Order: sequence, then structure tokens, then C-alpha cells
Amino acid sequence: MRKLLVLSVLAAFFGAAPACAQDARVEAAKKEGKVVWYTSLALTSSEKVAKLFETAYPGIKVEVQRTGSQRILQRVMQELQANIKNVDVIHTSDAGHYVLLKEKKLLMKHTPAGVDRFPPSFKDKDGYHYGLRATVNVIAYNTKAVSAAEAPRTWKDLLDPKWKGKLVTAHPGYSGVIATHVLALVHLHGWDYFKQLAQSKPMLVQSAVDPSGVVASGERPVAVNGGEYTFYQIKKKGNPVEIVFPKEGVPLVISPTAIAIFAPHPNAAKLFTDFIFSREVQQVLADTEGLYTGHPEVKYPADRPKLSELKLLLVDPEELEKRNEEIKTRFVEFFGA
Amino acid sequence: MARELTVTLRPLPSRLEGLDRSAPVWIIAAAALLLLMLLPLGWLGYLSVSGEGGLTLAHYARVFTDARLQKALWNTVVLAFWSALLSLAIGAPMAWLTARTDLPGKRVIRGLVMASFVTPPFLGAFAWVMLAGPNAGYLNKLYRGLSGAEAPLLNIFTMPGLIFVVALYTFPYVYIMIVNTLELIASDLEEAASILGASRLWVALTVTLPMVAPAILSGFILSVLQALALFGSPAILALPAGFHTITTQIWALFQYPPKVEMAAAFSVPLLLATALLLFLQKKLLGRRGYAAVGGKGGQRRQIALGPWRQPALVACLAVMACAIFLPYGILAKAAFSRAWAQPLTWDNVTLGNWSFTFLSISTQTAIVNTLELGILTACVGAGLATLLAYITNRRLIVGHQLLAFLALAPVVIPGVVLAVGLFIAYTRPPFLLYGTLWILFLAYLTKEMPVGYSQSDATFRGIHPELEEAGRILGAGRLRVLGEITAPLARSGIIATWCFIFIGVIRELSASILLFTPNTKVMSVVIFDLKEEGQFGAIAVLGLFMLAVTFLAVVLMQTLLGRDVLGARPSGGSG
Repeated sequence: MRKLLVLSVLAAFFGAAPACAQDARVEAAKKEGKVVWYTSLALTSSEKVAKLFETAYPGIKVEVQRTGSQRILQRVMQELQANIKNVDVIHTSDAGHYVLLKEKKLLMKHTPAGVDRFPPSFKDKDGYHYGLRATVNVIAYNTKAVSAAEAPRTWKDLLDPKWKGKLVTAHPGYSGVIATHVLALVHLHGWDYFKQLAQSKPMLVQSAVDPSGVVASGERPVAVNGGEYTFYQIKKKGNPVEIVFPKEGVPLVISPTAIAIFAPHPNAAKLFTDFIFSREVQQVLADTEGLYTGHPEVKYPADRPKLSELKLLLVDPEELEKRNEEIKTRFVEFFGA
Repeated sequence: MARELTVTLRPLPSRLEGLDRSAPVWIIAAAALLLLMLLPLGWLGYLSVSGEGGLTLAHYARVFTDARLQKALWNTVVLAFWSALLSLAIGAPMAWLTARTDLPGKRVIRGLVMASFVTPPFLGAFAWVMLAGPNAGYLNKLYRGLSGAEAPLLNIFTMPGLIFVVALYTFPYVYIMIVNTLELIASDLEEAASILGASRLWVALTVTLPMVAPAILSGFILSVLQALALFGSPAILALPAGFHTITTQIWALFQYPPKVEMAAAFSVPLLLATALLLFLQKKLLGRRGYAAVGGKGGQRRQIALGPWRQPALVACLAVMACAIFLPYGILAKAAFSRAWAQPLTWDNVTLGNWSFTFLSISTQTAIVNTLELGILTACVGAGLATLLAYITNRRLIVGHQLLAFLALAPVVIPGVVLAVGLFIAYTRPPFLLYGTLWILFLAYLTKEMPVGYSQSDATFRGIHPELEEAGRILGAGRLRVLGEITAPLARSGIIATWCFIFIGVIRELSASILLFTPNTKVMSVVIFDLKEEGQFGAIAVLGLFMLAVTFLAVVLMQTLLGRDVLGARPSGGSG
């Protein structure tokens, strides 16, 4: 199954690209030998994308360094301070990071082929970064522990004291998906919402990927946030997990990707970036990984709502960047760690 | 006695040897040690008082007024105190049982205590998440199934839960201290008391207990030190419950934008606390001494437990079930499961975790890095420790006491604090080491030096200088004597030191977590990363791999030493 997928991607990709123009670039990239990808995309999904690339371009390795968005920014800045040039492609789920990185002139201008047809929210007007994938924050519950009738339907439902000790939340100090979520819900219901939510003593995990695992295992029956794609994946694997799209709307998280200005493997980085924005890879993200993308031709599985059918809560990247510290500090203030 | 004698036999050499050709070697070893310690700690101290406009106490002021930092401080005190107390409650009776009674299966119990001693505490903590998470935890599910109760039996994500798990992997320190003392104490006094009509319990309380009291106290202090310095267990168990300890808080201060000055200022109280505790321990041991603890003389008679034999064994095994059997079992299960919380049916069995873990480049790099660092640190560390122990034992240079002190001093530096110091010292010129394996190497070398030094020191204490002196009289230089006479004699001791350091390095987390970069990731850091994403299967696989490497080193060491790692003679025969 997977082999087939890889083959079809390959066929499509090579079929689409003009062979001769590719050659010189591929050769240059091959000389560099690898591309280092700091990514906040769930590890299994990241590894899958890496494998696709490695199969398409034998001889160029993808070094996946998967961690939370905030940790990626921490890494990049710490390394910069110590004059270490390691990262090629930076991919986090905190759009605010790219405001900061661009301002500090740390990004290379590169426009992947075909992104001009992406919706504006996926594009940087100056051409430094583009949205690789999108997801929304949702509520999810374990169907063995919670019946559909008693499941929460809105963000506010989660404040019911009956959920005390039954919730799990991921952390904005780790995850960009969650930082975006917190800001969106602060706009909707104010900080007071989180203050009240903290009364139920939710279990604190770090990554926006982790709530899906916690809910599937039954450790906590209800997740108060988390990337929808991770719940979708775990549900597909046969776990008793159900997803709720709250009525007030769902925070949309568009995760940008960009090439570092000091990328040690610039050609491989460009090749890789073009590759992950190709229709084929974007289609894989939508098919098996449960993600949304900006690519207009991507088709989504029938069992998922279209992005256009959802009521989306949007967050301004500039604001996210400005309030980053406030989001983390207040969250810790309410939740303890 | 023997030592006094040898010193009087050679009154002059220790001064004259300053002219020996080998002198530079000793001096360089000493200087290396000094630099290793002073540079990071110096920077740490400096940064904790440096502000934008010169020196300031503002960071300390914040450390001592910020309510959240205060809370972390207090949590650490609570954690350290109670886990040390619990370690005592587990370790002391177990030590007495295995050293002094006719408990069946003593050898096995000892072996299991040793296994718990070398188990990385963060792996234990992680396993206990799967065992005693309030809802999905295996034991809680079992309990609910059996009792029909709603509430969980145990909630590991609480302070008591954390204390429990920490104690499970700290009690061996108490055990070692007490077992080693008990095996040195002759049972004459106890027998005298028995003959005079005291009951067994009364003898234990009024005769044995006072004699081991210093060992108990220093075991307690050692456990406090362990608990203070831990990073992994609180990060795995306390953070989900919404509380910090000092170590996790220091780590959190490194998040972007990093507050390194604050981290430095927050490190200093931890450093002072550990220094104070260690000083206390020395005082305690120094004052009480072991008046009744003679060398090897005297009989050590076994106390018959009578009807208590079986219950005592069951109690010991219950502890070991918590520390070893259950955690290892659940790790093994998770390593082969698609979903760790589901029963291990055919549908759920997979080898996917193994291929996923070992095929990933980042894991492969980490494994290579870990082994490289383990071997390198163990070689350099064992070499340096051997040299230092040799210098201090043979009193080769002036100020050798200071050298011994320096070699043991890193004991007071918790890994996280050391890492903060190293981070500051080596992210700026003249030593730009951040981003290389060298900074981790320095961290590990410093951290393992006390262990390596004490181990080598014990080795040299056991080798009489007369053979060396014979060599010297026959005209060989110091280095040649060391190479051709002393080293072969000390070989198994040196290799054991090597293994000790190696085991310490491959499980190190608390310093690594601040010092790694993607190219210099080590296994413990990968495990921690995976933990943050909730990748239970992959963690279990890597954890088991780490345990396998550890036990390989242990077996090697035991074979070479001819005794177990806990530092005592083989049990059974001694009674």
C-alpha cells in the first residue's frame, strides 16, 4: 500500500516537472547530500514526508528533527547565538515565529512552484514563508468513557465542573498549535475562560499531538484542544475517539515553512521545499495524515469536513508574535506548570 | 597502620619527586581538574549577578520573591525530604535483612537492588505512567476491575506519586551505605546483648541501630541529594500535574526568550543546598566514626527470622516488583504494542515500534553519540580518576588533599546546574563548544569524576606501595612503575571504574537536556523528546535498548571485579 503510494507520487512528480531544468538543481542538491528539517509536524507524519522525498531523490537524506514549535524557535535562536549553522528548513505551527524570524532577517526568500494559487492566508506577501499544512483545534473524547449525548459540544461546555479530573490539555509553551488555540479562545471568551478551565485540573501534556494518545488510552476521556489531524489519525487506527467541532468555531492553525538564510544545504532545502508543496505530497498530507492544505487541487477524504464548511477562528500572526510571552506566562499562572 | 609504616619508610620522596620527570603529568592532571570545575561555576556565579548596567542582585531578588519560583523551591524540598525518608524506610530494613538475617534468596534480592540502582530513574517514572496513570494505568484498571470501584488506587501524577517513584530508584543508595556498614560490624556486641537477655528486636534497636546510625543518616542525605538533582522524573510526573521543581523550572527558564541569568541565580540555592548537605554528611560521619566497626575481624552471625522469613521475603519482592518487575514488564509490553493501554492481543502486537525507532536518522545519530560519549568519557574519566587517585594515595604532589577534594566536589553540583554553567561558559569565546559533543563530554566528565575517583581511590588503597617501591629502587621512573607495576595490579579496578562512568553517562538526562543540539542528541534526550509527543512505543523500545547496554556493562564489571557493583563482598558466605 505504502509502496504503491510512493510510486504514484514519484510518477506524478517526475511527470509534472520539466526534466532538464530539474537536473542541475538536483545535482547541486545531491552534492550537499542532505537537508536538515526542524519540524513541528507529528513525528510519524514528518518521517513519512521525509521517506517520500528520499525515495524521489535517492542520495539526499532528510534529517528530521521533530519537536514542539516553541522548542524549535528556542533551538534556532540558541544555535544562532552560538554561531551554529545547522538548520535548513524551519517548519513550526506558530505563525508568529515567522514574523519574528523575518524581522530578524533570518529567512531566505524562496517561492515554491505552484503556491501562487494558494489562498492568501497561506502566503507571505514578501515571499519568505508559505503555509505547508493547516489543522484546526478541536475537542475530542473517548467514546468508551463518554457517550455522544453527554459529550461537550462547545468550548464553554468544558467548563462544567463534571469534567473535573477528566480533561487533558497541551501546552502553549511547547506547541504552536496550542499557542494559536489559546489566543483564539482568549479573543472569544477572554482569559477568564482558561482561569475557569484550570479549576478542573486538566492533565498538562506538551505536544498538540499528545492529547490524542491520552484520550485514546483513556487516561483522560476528554481533550480540550489538540491538532484535529492527530485525532483523525488515531481514530482511523481504530481507537475509540470521536472529534467535536465546537459551535463557537475552531481555531485555524496554518503552519508555515521557510528556509533559513544561513542554510548549510540551500539547494537541497529548496528542492525539499518545492517537493513538499507539490500537489502529490500535499495530497498525501490530506489523505493519510488528516491535514488541510492550501493547494487548490487537493481532494479530501469524504469522512472529513471541508475547511470551508467549518466556522474558523482566525488569529493574526503579528498579534501572536507580540503576545507570545503573555500567552505562555498566563497559561502557566493558571495551570501551574 | 600499614599506611603510616610506608610513609615513615620513605621520608623524603614526596618532596623530592617534584623534580621527577613525571611531575608535569601530575600538574596537568590537577590543572585540568581545576579548569573543568572553575570555568562553568565561575561563569554561573558571574552571570547570576550580572545585569545590563554592571553587577546587580536583581536576579536573586526575583528568585526569592517570585511566587512561582518559591513554589518550585518548596516542592523540591518536599520531594527530597519525603523521598529520602521513604528510601530509608525501604533501604534500611532491606539492608539489615540481606546482611544480617537468614532471609532466603539474598543473592537475588541484592541483584535486584543493583538492577534498580542502574535503572535510569526517568525510565522508571515513564513506566509508572503506564502502570499507575489514574485512568489508563494498568494497575488502576486491574484494581477497578477487581473491586468495581470508581476512584483509582494510585494516581502517579501527584506529589505522593512522584515521591514514591523517586524513592524506588533512590533507596539503593541507602541500602548500599547500610549494607556495607553492617558487613563491617562484628556481631559480638549484639550477641553480648542477647546473652544478657535482650530480645531480638531490642538488640536491633539498642545495639545495631546506634552503630549504623551514621550510615543511615548519610544514606538519607545521599538520597536527598539524588532527589534534589533529578530532572526526568519530575518532568514526567510533576509537569502533567501542574507543578514544577527547581530542576524543571530551571529548564523552563531556557525557553525562548531564554532567561539564562535567572536560571543561573536560581541554580545557586540548589548548589548551596547540596554543598551544605554534603558538608553535614561528612561532619556526621567524621564525628561518630565507627568505633565498633573493625576491619574484617569478628564473627557476623546470621539472625534467624523464624516465622518471619517468608513475609520478609515477600516484602522485599514486593518492593522489587515496584522497582523492577512491573516497570520492565510494562515497557516490554509497550515496545511490542500498537496501543500500550490495550490488551496484548494478536491485533495489537507489532514490531513497528522497533523499526520506526531504529530506522529514524535522529535515533541512529543519538545512539552513536551516546555510545561515543560513553566510551570516550569512560576512557578519559577512568584515566584521569586513576591518575588523581594515584597522586593522592601516594601523596605525589603538595596539596594532594585539595586535589581529592576537587575530584569529589562535583557531587554537590546537580546536573542541571552544571549544564547551566557549561552552557554559559562554552557558548562564548574563547571556548565555543556548544553544538559539539565536547560540551557534553565535559559535562559528563565533571559529573562522573566523583564516582570515578572514589572507585579508583578504593582500588589504590588495596594495592600496597611496596611493589612500586621495589621498582623505583631498581631505577624505574614513576611513570614506568605506574605503567608496568601498578596499572596491571589495578587493572580490574580501573575497568570497573570505566564501567561505572559508562553506565552513568549513557543514562544522563539532566545536564544533556540543556546542552544538546540536534546533531549532538543523546538517547536520553530522544526519549524525552518522544515523551513530549506521547510516543510510548518508541520510548519503550529505546528504554529497553538503554537497559540492555547498561546491563551488559554491569555484567562485564561484575565479572572483572568478582563482586557485585554495590561494593560489598558477595553475600551468603560472609555470615
